[in-house]
Amino acid sequence: MALTREQMASRIAKEIQDGYYVNLGIGIPTLVANYIPKDMDVILQSENGMLGIGPFPTEDEIDPDLINAGKQTITEMPGSSYFSAADSFAMIRGGKVDLTILGAMEVDENGDIANWMIPGKMLKGMGGAMDLVAGAKHVIVVMQHVAKDGSSKILPKCALPLTGTGVVNLIVTELAVIEVTKAGLKLLEHAPGVSVEDIIKSTKAKLIIPDNVKEMIF
Amino acid sequence: MNKIVANADIAVQDVFDGATITLGGFGVCGIPENCIAALVKLGVKNLTCVSNNAGVDDFGLGLLLQKRQIKKMISSYVGENKLFEQLVLSGEVELEATPQGTLAEKLRAGGAGIPAFFTPTGVGTVVATGKEVRVYNGHNYILEESITTDFAIVKAWKGDALGNLVFRKTARNFNPIAATAGRITIAEVEELVPVGSIDPDMVHTPGIYVKRIFQGSNYEKRIENRTTRSN
Repeated sequence: MALTREQMASRIAKEIQDGYYVNLGIGIPTLVANYIPKDMDVILQSENGMLGIGPFPTEDEIDPDLINAGKQTITEMPGSSYFSAADSFAMIRGGKVDLTILGAMEVDENGDIANWMIPGKMLKGMGGAMDLVAGAKHVIVVMQHVAKDGSSKILPKCALPLTGTGVVNLIVTELAVIEVTKAGLKLLEHAPGVSVEDIIKSTKAKLIIPDNVKEMIF
Repeated sequence: MNKIVANADIAVQDVFDGATITLGGFGVCGIPENCIAALVKLGVKNLTCVSNNAGVDDFGLGLLLQKRQIKKMISSYVGENKLFEQLVLSGEVELEATPQGTLAEKLRAGGAGIPAFFTPTGVGTVVATGKEVRVYNGHNYILEESITTDFAIVKAWKGDALGNLVFRKTARNFNPIAATAGRITIAEVEELVPVGSIDPDMVHTPGIYVKRIFQGSNYEKRIENRTTRSN
């Protein structure tokens, strides 16, 4: 069975370590916050200029001056700080952010990622993604394994304009967990009820298949 | 010294056709609402605007796009602004898509008298096209030129007659660096306070960067994605 968005978020949360500063992208990455173990000290960075994102507000707590990078209303944790966009990206490019989790349209065998435009059709803009993949210590991509038209999003070489090159460390999809290694893409885990063969079939890139591909726990 | 002007109309009255303007704000958070409305009223055209986003379809810089007053945007994110996306895809508005951190540093450096800098952001992507690449410590970096503009327009929470500014929460975003990048910087604030009432240790933007300041009115402070939890 392919994982739900929540299950993917829960699986990714297992990559977070105590003491990490983490930047979460828009969509499934935002959900990861719900699955960080309560006994873990993790500080969430928002690239619009904040450390210490708290839960979404109640109706009474809504403050238009307090949003995350996805422009959602949020709250602050005790010990939060606010700063300018220049300071925010200084800490990102400066390698102070331990982990960034973001979505993608395509990733490839080299760890290249494309997630900001389809020439002539769709233009989202790169936002902070190019800086985040260039600067964060670890980069996890979370996305659907195959596009709506059935085509694989994990490719030998990205076709869309790139966001970064050789930057992705780990890919989590509804079917699999794949590590980007120097030798290529290594299948680490499969979703429950999804066979290794199914994953190979859904992946246009070449996969390295070790003997012990584990079942995903989330 | 007194930099106070009466209102937004007077603050932006010398903005001219073809001017370059840096604007603070992230999405529609911390945007200079009053000045944008005044620019719509003024009717200036062929503007080049430096701003992380272009507001939404019917608010923020989206209002200037609706009136076709903008010729070029230097931004990092188009996002859910359908009008902006259409105008760029059809070639009606030019977009210099700039990574957010590079945009921030272009403004910071521009305001600080640094004409260009090397950054790892965008190496190997279209952003690097035509730019010098240099290797430091075994890594590639691209040369990015900084930005200064004819005007900078920012929104702060509090300010005084000397132009000292204090921002609030994530409404700070691009505002402090935008304030440094304009040859003429205009600040609109929610509250003008007496000189001396802001603790000098708490000033985010020192007054030297600000040329004109006024207390804005009728702030809508629109929320793009109202998200709540139930308990």
